[in-house]
Formats: sequence, structure tokens, C-alpha cells
Amino acid sequence: MTRRVVVVSAGLSVPSSTRLLADRLGAAVVERLGADTRLDVVELRPLAHALADALVTGFASGDLAEAQDLVRRADGLVVVTPVFAASYSGLFKTFFDVLEQGTLDGKPVLLGATAGTARHSLVLDHALRPLFSYLHAVAVPTGVFAATDDFGTDADLSGRIARAAGELADLVGGGPALHVVTDAEVAEAGAVPFEQLLARASGRE
Amino acid sequence: MQFGIFSVGDVTPDPTTGRTPTEHERIKAQVEIAKKAEDVGLDVVAVGQHHNPPFVASSPTTTMAWIAAQTERIVLSTATTLITTTDPVRIAEDYGTLQHLTDGRVDLMMGRGNTGPVYPWFGKDIREGINLAIENYALLHRLWREDVVDWQGRFRTPLQGFTATPRPLDGVPPFVWHGSIRSPEIAEQAAYYGDGFFHNHIFWPASHTKQMVDLYRRRFEHYGHGGYDQAIVGLGGQFFMRPSSQDAWNEFRPYFDNAPVYGHGPSLEEFTTQTPLTVGSPQQVLERTLGFRDYVGDYQRQLFLVDHAGLPLKTVLEQLDLLGEILPALRAGMAEGRPAHVPDAPTHGSLVAAAGGARDTTVHAEDDVTGRVADEAQDDAQEVSA
Repeated sequence: MTRRVVVVSAGLSVPSSTRLLADRLGAAVVERLGADTRLDVVELRPLAHALADALVTGFASGDLAEAQDLVRRADGLVVVTPVFAASYSGLFKTFFDVLEQGTLDGKPVLLGATAGTARHSLVLDHALRPLFSYLHAVAVPTGVFAATDDFGTDADLSGRIARAAGELADLVGGGPALHVVTDAEVAEAGAVPFEQLLARASGRE
Repeated sequence: MQFGIFSVGDVTPDPTTGRTPTEHERIKAQVEIAKKAEDVGLDVVAVGQHHNPPFVASSPTTTMAWIAAQTERIVLSTATTLITTTDPVRIAEDYGTLQHLTDGRVDLMMGRGNTGPVYPWFGKDIREGINLAIENYALLHRLWREDVVDWQGRFRTPLQGFTATPRPLDGVPPFVWHGSIRSPEIAEQAAYYGDGFFHNHIFWPASHTKQMVDLYRRRFEHYGHGGYDQAIVGLGGQFFMRPSSQDAWNEFRPYFDNAPVYGHGPSLEEFTTQTPLTVGSPQQVLERTLGFRDYVGDYQRQLFLVDHAGLPLKTVLEQLDLLGEILPALRAGMAEGRPAHVPDAPTHGSLVAAAGGARDTTVHAEDDVTGRVADEAQDDAQEVSA
């Protein structure tokens, strides 16, 4: 059965070291999962306007709606952000701010971040991990942080990528495919029979 | 099918002049707009309820009564009545009184309100929004249908032996709509009672509206109130029209770009594509509006938002004139191909007829000396005189 992996990359420059790391992580996950894997990449930069619009209007449209749908249908996610002002970038956060609640429930996620120097490496644990805990995603134990230097000198970056990709692949490939909740099912799930709603309102449930 | 307008009663600067109307001007303007709506042949005018600036609409029944006194035919409604933060006993009393004063020209639309601080200002908790809407309405529903109510719930002080006065005109409570953009619980609630369901429609893509209306229709049928296509559906809509489409775009753009709800976000071009907002000629507004049926089915009430985004009163009145001009074509278009078994929106007259005629349901107080109520005493008096 085809596994779907989606990479979300919040890099802004072209080329971007964030995208570079994202691609390496995506490729490593696919390698571990095997040929029957579909990989999609969601670049947030082209969605910047749509994300701002979604904040203002409350709904996502066009390419952003499609990106959200890819994320909803994914069996596993790789998310990578540059470090801005000691945390994930605002663009990165906005993408997850406007995702429908519950989209990431139980979804395996590999956390990645890039920055100019290694001094930001704890951003994975003090910023990304709490965010994805809140979103009820299952973040794999190994996150991958890459400083600019790592792309040249750190032979161990490849090792960390392989280890993290292995952890994500185990979660994605090990169990049955996640059930993808459709919009209609969300509406249906909210359609609790009225007597039950009334009991709940009155604190009798 | 009913056509009308709804307003949120906001005080917004006119972005083309920088001038902000006073509260007094806005309140008076609402009345002028309502009178104009009747003049151009519309069926419904609905006013909002808000409890914070920049809104003036804190007391809907006062405004509705003043409008009703100066109109003859148009139905007064709300968009919306806050069922979460308003005591259902006060809703029963205020709208019950209004129903008598207007000879039944009133219905109301329940809404929850999404302004966080309004809840604590009225001693409520926004996280209980759905539960408040469910429980408060359950009480209101009983207050209008049972002469004496014993009640204990979670959100208001208990009632023992309580009678909401006045009793509904002709024994028939005002018709109720439930408004929601995205809460299936509210569609379920409307379906359970066989009440109307109104989708705001204007801020979101049509696919959301379609989904919510479909859910409501299915549940309406489930609860045995009628067939799927007999459920009572209302939609919002908004337009800006001028005889020339280009004039409409040029004139409306600064208002759109600075509008409190969606301004500084998507472009006017994007928003008109993504949502039901139509900017253009009367013919274009007519065609787009007639297309709403394609995804919600034949429906009962279409309300347009016309006084918003700081549009001056003169412009709003001109918009209503233009709406009046396409109204006959709108009515004819909506009637085309509409099956005979699809009902119209309930009115006081139709509800009285359905109940088998008008009956007075006045509850007379017991005389605390004789223990008798007034009509018993009257009967005795008649017997004596006979």
C-alpha cells in the first residue's frame, strides 16, 4: 500500500538551506519506506499571501487549501523551519495556525530546523516540540538541526538524518495507514444527536 | 420565497472621506434603511445584537419596535439574537411583547456571538457557547409553549411555577431560525425542533455552506418534520451594484479594501471568486444570486448585507433601489422549477393557519382573595345575568 509522506519547508531564500535539509530528510524517509511511497513537498513561501489572507478571512483557498489537503492525507510529515528570532519562523507557525483543528492528531512528524550557527540547536526542543505536542502529533525522538557549517564540515549530519528518517519510517510503515478524516466526516462527527447535545449542555452527560 | 436585508449595526469610517458616523446617525440610518427596504418591496429586515463598540445594535427589540411602528408589511427579524449571553426569559418577554405590538410581524434568528469578552461581561464562558445555545433555547422553547414552567438547568437560576408573559399572539410563538457558519451542533438543533437554519454564507466559500445545509436538511428529515427538500433554509448574501459593472468595482473597492471583516486580506477579485460577494451590474447580481439554489436547493429566505464597510446612507439607499429593480426577476427566477411541495418561509399567518386558527392564550392571574381567575369570574357573572 502506498505511504504518503509530505515535507513542509518554510525556507524563504532561493536556494534555501531549509529546503536543502527538507529534501535530504524527505529522500531519507522514502529510502527507508521503499518504492511504494509518495513524496510531496509543500513550500510555504509561495503560500505567504494565501496564509495572510486565511488569517484575515478564516478560510483557506486555492493552493493553500490543496497544501492543507496533502497534509491531512499524509501518513507522515517532515517539517523544517529556519530559526527566526530564537524560534520557528512566523510563516511556519502561520501554516499550522490555520490548519483545521485535529488535522495532525496522531500523525507522525519529523522535526527539522536550520540556522546560521549551532547556538540555536535547542529550538527543536524548546519551540517545535511543544508546538507539535499541542497539535497532538507524534514527534519522533530525533529532531534534525543543521547550522550552516554542518553542510560543509559535519559528517554526522547524514547520520542524524538517517536516524530520524528511520524513526519516522518505522512509525509510518509499521502500523496501518492513518484514517484520513474528510470534511464531510468532520461535519458528521459534530452531528451529535440532539438529545445527547441537550444532556451534555445540562451537565447530565 | 422571502427576500430581505440584514445588518450588524457597525459604526465604520467611510474610507473615502475618513468620516465616521455618530452612533445617533447610525441608529437613525438603520430605521431609514428598513423603511426603504419595505418601500422597494422587500419582505424582511433583520437587525443585529452586539454589546461592544463599534456596534450600536445592543438593543434589537427597541430598534425593531421603532421600525415596526413606521412600516406596515415588512417582517422584523434579527441577525442574530444572542441566545448564549441573553437570558432566555428576557428573550421570551421582549420578543413576545414585540410579537403582539407588531401583530405577528416578527421572527428571530439565534446566534452565539463570537466576541470573547461579551461572555464574561454577561457572566458566561465562551467555551460553553454551544451548551449555552442548546440549554437556553430549550428553555425559551418551553417558555413560549407551556403556560407554567418548572425549570432547572446549568446556566440560569431555576424557575418554579414561572409564566412568561405575554403569552404568544394567537397561541403561536414567533418562528425561530438558528444561524451558524460552521457548527454542526446548531444545524442539528434547528433540525431537531423543525426550526429554520440560516447560513451566513458571505464570508466563506460555498462548499462550506453546502455541507452545513445538507446536514441540516438530512437531520430535519430524520426528525420527521418533512422531506429533505422541505427544510427551512435561509442564506446571507452581499453585493454592490451599479448600472455599469466597472463603476461598481471602482466605487466599492476602497470600501472592500478597508472593511473591518476582510479588509487588508484577499483582493476584491479573489474574494468575489471565493465567496458569494458579487460586485457588478444588476444583471450580474441577479444571475449570481439565482445560482445559490444550485448548491443549497430551493430555499426560503435570502437576506443581503447592504449597510457595511462604512458605505454612506445615501449609497445604501441607492443599493436598495437597485435591488428593488431586480426583485421581480429574482422572485420569478427562484419560482422557476420550484416543486410545489417546497414550503415558503413560515410567517405568523401561516403558523396560525397550521395551528388550526388563532386562539387567545392569555394566562389570567388568580385572585388572591377568591382564588378565582378572571375568566371564571366573568363566566359566573354571565350566568348570573342570564
